[in-house]
Order: sequence, then structure tokens, then C-alpha cells
Amino acid sequence: MTVEIPKETWAGSVRTVTFGATASEGGTRARSLTVGGQKTLPFLHFEHETPYPPLVAIEIKDHRPDDWSPLLLDAWGEAANDPASWAKAAEVAGADVLVLALSLNDTNGQPTTPEAAVAATQAVLKASALPLMVFGPGQAEVDNVLLVAVAEATKGERLVLGICEDKNYRTIVATAMANGHLITARSPMDVNLAKQLNILIKDMGLPLDRILMDPTTGALGYGIEYGYSVMERLRLAALQGDAMTQMPMIVTPGFETWKTKEAKVGQDVPAAWGEWRERGIAWETLTAVALIESGADIVVLRHPESVARLHQAIRSLMALPELA
Amino acid sequence: MALTGIQIYKLLPQTNCKDCGFPTCLAFAMKLAAKQVELSSCPHVNDAAKAQLAEASEPPVRLISVKSNGYEVQAGNEVVLFRHEKTFYHKPGVFLRVQDDESPETIKSEIARAAGFQVNYVGRDLVLDGFAVEAVTGDVNKFTATIAAVRDVTHRPIILISHDPAHISAGLRLLDGEHPLICGADANNWAAMGDLAKQHGAALVVVADTLDGLTDLAEKLKDKGVNDLVLAPSSHDLGATLTLNTQIRRLALKKNFRPLGYPIMTLHAADPAYEAMLAAQAIAKYAGFIVLGHFQPEVVYPLLVLRENIYTDPQKPIQVKPGLYEINNPKADDPVLVTTNFSITYFSVANEIEGSGLPAWLLVTDAEGMSVLTAWAAGKFDAERIAKAVKEFGVADKVSRKRIVIPGHVAVLSGELEEELHGWEIRVGPREAVDIPAFMKQVLA
Repeated sequence: MTVEIPKETWAGSVRTVTFGATASEGGTRARSLTVGGQKTLPFLHFEHETPYPPLVAIEIKDHRPDDWSPLLLDAWGEAANDPASWAKAAEVAGADVLVLALSLNDTNGQPTTPEAAVAATQAVLKASALPLMVFGPGQAEVDNVLLVAVAEATKGERLVLGICEDKNYRTIVATAMANGHLITARSPMDVNLAKQLNILIKDMGLPLDRILMDPTTGALGYGIEYGYSVMERLRLAALQGDAMTQMPMIVTPGFETWKTKEAKVGQDVPAAWGEWRERGIAWETLTAVALIESGADIVVLRHPESVARLHQAIRSLMALPELA
Repeated sequence: MALTGIQIYKLLPQTNCKDCGFPTCLAFAMKLAAKQVELSSCPHVNDAAKAQLAEASEPPVRLISVKSNGYEVQAGNEVVLFRHEKTFYHKPGVFLRVQDDESPETIKSEIARAAGFQVNYVGRDLVLDGFAVEAVTGDVNKFTATIAAVRDVTHRPIILISHDPAHISAGLRLLDGEHPLICGADANNWAAMGDLAKQHGAALVVVADTLDGLTDLAEKLKDKGVNDLVLAPSSHDLGATLTLNTQIRRLALKKNFRPLGYPIMTLHAADPAYEAMLAAQAIAKYAGFIVLGHFQPEVVYPLLVLRENIYTDPQKPIQVKPGLYEINNPKADDPVLVTTNFSITYFSVANEIEGSGLPAWLLVTDAEGMSVLTAWAAGKFDAERIAKAVKEFGVADKVSRKRIVIPGHVAVLSGELEEELHGWEIRVGPREAVDIPAFMKQVLA
């Protein structure tokens, strides 16, 4: 017999968001990238084609971090000593997009200056033609000062600036509007808070196709179930037609994973935890796989091996299955 | 899917004879729909209606048990597609496969290593659920020798994998008295496999690469009287597995499509890294049994943690046991920080302290599983409760310096807490866990 496949039809769809500007678009990127556009839940191609695959971003820093897991520093080696060489290495490792995460302090322990932030950004733009996101260190006042300088110095590149939160979004949104960039809006694992922040940003006048949302996730064992379900609910709401949930989603499983003890630490842990390097990579990879299944359009990772594995998973999930 | 009262009414004699104790057949039907009476109260209902009503009252995904001495793995009885709609009930059983082309000694040592695997996660011990023995040599004696080798080491449930009924028959005889899972029935062997399953009370895995193939086999076996089935789409590919598993679960739940109303099995993949991703997807997307081909503790650990997370009831967040936790081997003069017993709150704070490398005592209060702000607003995290925890867990006996750090979000409690805890210095910490390491280094040092 032939089984009739139940198909859902949805009223809404995820917005398409394009970032990175080529020379003809007023920037210097080799290509721009688009995410979103889905009219069904992740990878259910039998209901509707998935126009754009999820992207894998690699997080790099403006200088060699002193608090990253040795596994990550080993993997990147000397490339991590400066943002330009790190950007090149990340491109080789298969990044679709780069995330330059600015540090609070420079290598001398002095606060990162706007000039230094701009220099690091420009070094990355020069070293790699991939589209770029620039995230501040995560402290409102510092983020504002650094990101405004970066946004102005890179006008027209269509960068993604982050991270906007409810306590601190106005300055970043304003500079994104003035300089032709995009932003990412982060809310703490809650459907309504995510919507609320999107509304506040929209009310400032930033076009909706320049907003990515980050509903925040936890790593495996550290709250992934909350982020996972909030993302599923946001995506269902988007498909049901709720315009303020239709932004593509970006999440940072790399950041979350590599602060867990399981990934970060190799000594003084139970022997049953197994081999350290593979454990860290598995932790990051499996966190990210669960998140692309629940609706992530961009996952930001840290370990090059995890990037390779995610690409393999995405290729497999994007292929139209041959189901007789 | 449950029938409505009106649907049930249509199946009743509609004579209003009152023999059931209700004034009308419709009243009885309404009680039946509400599951407040049994159909047997009606002496006149015919067999066809009985069968139809019995079928309608079955769960949309049949509960399947795999058992051995003292162990049981259950899958099925799921009612939702998304965990936030209610919860996922039966965690998929995770099995490790061994093949019969290795020596019994090798098998024994590998099984012993895997059976001994145990990690502790939020107070729970995570272990593998069982083992699968796959016939690859074609030699029945090697197959049974491998099963015997597994049984020498562990009593956990076994899945027998072979498409040859003679192999399965020999395996079932060896495991007499258990309820193993047999894998599996295909278009060629289904009749013989069905007989074996019935004879030994074993659940049978149906293997096919399409929904039509699975449906066809499931229906044939059901007609034969084999009730306990598991569906195994024979794909080892993430994309195809996601599609098939989603379609199976949807058909079972939304269309009450009986032939696919069984748990799903996800099979191993050749490449260990790919297999880990396939298993992770299977945990999130509807598998009831997962067979791994590779045993790597560093991969099994995150998989089992993912399973705990996905199968957590969203309405009952994991709570941590209240108490005084030691982080980085604190001494008497190290600081005491206080937080609530909501698991995410606890892990955020504990993880940051651990990551800082600095020793500290973490006092976890009973806030009924709420986060700091929620618990404070609900009156479950106040000065009185914190003071009570300080006394209950004997904090004063453990530390020499009477100083306690409260979360920044509840700075307002510091005055009251000073009154509750005479002689203690109350410090207000950061609002967010992520700022704890800097706070400990700069303010507490």
C-alpha cells in the first residue's frame, strides 16, 4: 500500500536576512550570505524546499585569549596570536562566516580601545573576504564605545554587530542603521522576551531584514533543553505567522560548550569521561547538531574539527533524501 | 486516538436498555469517552464494536519492553511531537553492538569495558542500557558463542541482529526466559521471524527503507498476531532518518495510523563521529531504541546527557539537592556563595566558580526549583530561607570566616539577612553568574 504522508502547511515563513557586502554592494566581501526563508520546520524537504542551509561561523578573538581551553589554543596554534592569521586559519577550517569577539582588555590588561577594536576588525577584513560579525566584550558601556567605532570605520560592509540585549541595544542599533550594518538581538531563553526585544529594535526603525535573533542556548548538560524548546517554539510561532518571531536564529554553542568542565578541562576529571579532546569536540558538535535541528540558522563554533563535522551533518540534512 | 462520546455512541446498541446502569446509551458513551466506566458494563455490545473500541483506546505509539534478568528497557507511549507540548516519556534505550566475528575473549573485554561505563550527572548514574549481537559470519555457533560471551559479563537486555531465522532461533533458545528484541523482519523472512517472536514473547524489529515497506510488513505481522513491533528505517543518513522518523511519529499521533504506531529504532553508522551526530538526532527526533556500533566513553557521555536533557519534563525542571557544595576543594577561610536549587541556576554558578579555579563553598537553598529572581518574587528565596539553610547545612562549622555572598539580583535582602544571621558579613555578588570569577578575583581576594 502507499502511505499518505501528512504534510503541514504554514501561513508564515522565516525572513531572509543577507549580510556581508561585495564590492558592487559597497563593501569588500567576496560574497554575501543569506539565511532564513524556510516555510517548514528544519530540513523537512518533503513539505517545502529549504532555500538556505544553516551556516557555521567560527569565533575568533582580537588577541590570543588567556581563558580558553588549551584544546582550542592547541587546535589553532600560532594562528590565534593575531586576528588576521586567525581569520585566515578559520577560513581554511571551513568557516562560512567569521565572528570577531572583541576582548575587554588588551594583552597588557588595559581596556581595549576603540582604535584597537577598529584595527583588529580591519585586519580581519583584509585577511579574509568572508562576511564578518563583530561582537563586543559584553559590557554595555564598553560594547557601545567599541562597536560604534567599528561600525563607522566599516560603513557599507554589512557586518552583523552584536550583541544587543534589552538593557543595551539602542546605541548598537543606531550605529547599525547609520552605517548600513545588521545586528543580533539576544534574549534569555524566553519566547516573549525574544519577541519584545525584536519589537523594541523594530520600533527604532531598523528594517526587519537586518535583525538576527539569539534566543540564547546552554550547552549539553547545562540547560540545552531550555534553549532547544524555546527555539522550537519560536520557529513554530514564525511559521504560524507571528512576524516578531520570524528572524533567523543565531546561537553560540561554541562559547557555551567550551566553558563547561567537560570540554574545557582535561585534568582531575573522572576517568569514565573518556578521552579529553574527543569529549570536547563531541560536546560542542552534539550541542550544535541539536540546535540546528531545533531551528538554528547560524551556529557559532570554536573548534575546527567541530566545524568540519557540522558541515558534514548539514550536507546530509540538506540533501533531498531518496525515499522511494 | 481517543474516540468522542458521539463516535462511541454509534458503536453501541442504542437501545437505552439501562443494563449498564445509565439511563441512555448516550450517557454511557459519554462516561466511556471520559474513561470513567468500562465497556464490559454493557452486556449487549457486539464483538466488532468491542474490537473497534478496544483499538481506539490503545496508545498511539505502543509501549514495547525489552527485558532480561532484573533489567527492563521500555520505549513508546509517546503523545507529542515537541517536548514543550507536554513531555517525552520513555528515554530511548542506548545499546552497543558487537559482531560475531571476534573471539569471545575480545567480546568479553569490550563488553566489560562498556558495561562498566558509568558517569554521574546531576546525581544520576548514566549507563548503557544493553547490548546488540549481530551475526556477520553466517556461522550460528559463532553467533551463540558471542551471545554467551556477552551473558558471561552482563545481564542487561540484548538485541539479536540477523536476517536469518535459524540464527535468531538459536539466539532465542539461548536467552530462554528473557524478552530480547529481535532484528529483524524484512520482506523475505517476516513470516518465520513473526513465528519466532510469538513463540518466545519477543518484540520484533521491522526493517525497511521506506514508509510503505515498513507499513506493509507491520500489517502482515499484525495479521499474524505479532503485536509487539519496533520500526527500523534502514537508513544511516541524518537527512533520511529525520524525514522518516518525523513522518512515522506524525502518522502515529496525528492520523492514528496503526501500522506505524510503534517505537522507532535508529541504527549505527560506519563513521564514529557521524554515528554520534546520528544518535544525537535520534534522541531529539523520536527514536525509542538506538544501536551504537562504537563504544567511546567520551561520546556516550554527552549522548546520555543529551538524552537526560531532552527527556526532562519541561513542567518539572531538574532540581539540585539543597546543601553545601564544595567547589575546587575549599578550606575554612574560603568564601561562601549562596544560590537556589534550580538546576540551570546551580550549574551556571557552579560552572563559573569551577572555571575560575578558585575554591569556594556554594550553599544551595531549597527554592523549589526556581531561579533566583523567580524564587525571590515567589517568596521562596528570602533572608529567612537563606538563614535556615546556613543552619541546616552547618555552614558555620565548615568555615572560619563568617562571610556570605548573595546574588546581585537580591541585593535588597542583605539588610534582613544581617538580622537573621548575627555575626555574618553579607556581601552582594554580581547579578549574572558569568561575572562571578572576576568578582571572586577582584572583590573577595
